[in-house]
Amino acid sequence: MVTSEVIVQAKSSGQRPRFAVTRATRASTVALVLAIPAIVALIVLPAFAGRVLLQELFYVFTMLVLAQLWNLLAGSAGLISVGQQAFVGLGAYALFAFTVIGGLDPVLAIALSGAVAGLLAIPAALIVFRLRGAYFAIGTWVVAEVCRLVLAQVKQLGGGTGTSLPPYIASSMVGLDYVRDLFGVRGPVARDIMSYWLALMLALGTFLMVYRLLRSRYGLALSAIGDSEAAAESTGVDVFRTKLLIYVLTAVATGMVGALIFLQKARISPDAAFSLVDFTAYVIFIVVIGGIGTMEGPIIGVAIFYLLQYYLAALGSWYLILLGALAILLMLFAPTGVWGLISHSSGISLFPVRRRLIVLGTDEKETKR
Amino acid sequence: MLGWIDTLLQGILLGGLYSLYATGLSVIFGIMRLVNLAHGDLIVLAAFLILAATSVGVPLVAALAVVVPLMFALGYVLQSVLLNRALGRNILPPLLITFGLSIIIQNGLLETFSADTRFLNVGPLQGASLPLGGGIAVGVMPLICLAAAIAVILVLNGVFYRTAVGRAFRATSDDVEIAQLMGINNRSIYALTMGIALAVCAVAGFFLGARANFDPSIGPARLLYAFEAVIIGGLGSLWGTLAGGVVVGVAQTVGAHIDPEWQILSGHVAFLIVLVIRPRGLFPRAVD
Repeated sequence: MVTSEVIVQAKSSGQRPRFAVTRATRASTVALVLAIPAIVALIVLPAFAGRVLLQELFYVFTMLVLAQLWNLLAGSAGLISVGQQAFVGLGAYALFAFTVIGGLDPVLAIALSGAVAGLLAIPAALIVFRLRGAYFAIGTWVVAEVCRLVLAQVKQLGGGTGTSLPPYIASSMVGLDYVRDLFGVRGPVARDIMSYWLALMLALGTFLMVYRLLRSRYGLALSAIGDSEAAAESTGVDVFRTKLLIYVLTAVATGMVGALIFLQKARISPDAAFSLVDFTAYVIFIVVIGGIGTMEGPIIGVAIFYLLQYYLAALGSWYLILLGALAILLMLFAPTGVWGLISHSSGISLFPVRRRLIVLGTDEKETKR
Repeated sequence: MLGWIDTLLQGILLGGLYSLYATGLSVIFGIMRLVNLAHGDLIVLAAFLILAATSVGVPLVAALAVVVPLMFALGYVLQSVLLNRALGRNILPPLLITFGLSIIIQNGLLETFSADTRFLNVGPLQGASLPLGGGIAVGVMPLICLAAAIAVILVLNGVFYRTAVGRAFRATSDDVEIAQLMGINNRSIYALTMGIALAVCAVAGFFLGARANFDPSIGPARLLYAFEAVIIGGLGSLWGTLAGGVVVGVAQTVGAHIDPEWQILSGHVAFLIVLVIRPRGLFPRAVD
């Protein structure tokens, strides 16, 4: 029964309905129960899976993280960025600087690279937040270009042509010997397993962070900002601080993913690290086809994107033309994406962030005071 | 000292080209608050169309005369078929549609024309220059380009401020709801706007190819220069956009004068500095 019907019925029969505010749905409870064995399976997967599968899943997880983060920015806060490759590249270059020049352990360097990306996101935010809407989007792109051009000038990191990560760095990674002995594999395989686990950790960590953030008061503030900044401000939301928080937080996580991607690639160049197509166009496509503004969207989107990539990437530029055309058609005819269509027709929400009013039951109306 | 004067002069001339890139973008944003992420790629598309026409024997100027109305028609159709469907308060759909278009145009050009670098052969004007004395000379082609940029703005201002349809443009820009109440069909105004913007793109594409080499991948960089010129100029007037183009051009040539590798970077940095000091640009409109 619909909530309003319960209220009407209860009132007419002299009863008082009892309400509760909740976010859980039956589907979300099922999702939660199913998620735990799925995560355990993914963790122990390296014991069974071949190297190729782990490498493919590594790619899927890193794209999923980037998609969740872009979705948080654009879908929740209305900050449509086409410059997230700035933080992928900054994280990647920071990793190379920390390991090649600083001699740090790669795993520690990933965490520090995230911090570097986050720190640099603060001045970037102070500049691009002066632009609104679509102009914000191009502003972030200019910032990414500035980062690319500046790092192309750093000769210690290979300048414009880039540089390779010396093999000893990746093989000195903390815990690598342990993984090698545990699975009885050679060094390069152990490296792939470590990278896979790190990517899985980042994917789970990002998912939890975004999920919890959207369910917190910041989530409410964000959706208010997304609807109308002026209205949000007038109800007491500190718009600037909230946007800054989200922007810096996504920069930290994006930087860590960038560091991990290029640790695995073991080769960096300004054009590859600040690639608009790889780290923003694909990511936007994933979010849009999956369903923008939902937790489920990026997961479905990354699956669809991976299948398209697997079967069609050999088409080269025709593949990109197809992706572009698909994105346009989607925006025109199904702007809520695949998940939007599913949840609209079935009402299912696996990872609900929205608050709903439900009726617990009805009490006898008290007549005495 | 002479070197600096020369640098400044070249920068102003380069600004003429950037102003041509930016004028279309400025018109689109001014009238429908839309940002076209495919703008740079459309300029490159126009350059390739002109190249294709000349390769089948059409004289260069005639090719331009054909491509300008062709791009106008493309813009009109693009707006009425695609972008008018995505109008509204949500800026994401138009932004993503033009982003998709950008990728389609880039890769379509790559498939059709390959990644080779091309240029438009302007005959004896290629490399011709006027000596100004004191060892300083300006290229004839860049000079014509700056003159064209000014001419385009004069023509557009003439249309916007002296004709009935121009009044409809300005009314739609000021307040689209009131304009509709006055009987203006905003969708057809938008389609005309995009047509005009792409016609200017055709002129920009001509000078892009006449002044320098081009290939299918250079569109996004042109979009950024155009965007920077619009923001630096402020959203007030097309003359502001010209000034913005000159600022970007001068910043780039000054950067290149110090170190050739700094050319593009110093243009971007100039933009960021203006954004920090004067976020509404040099010549802002009273109300946005």
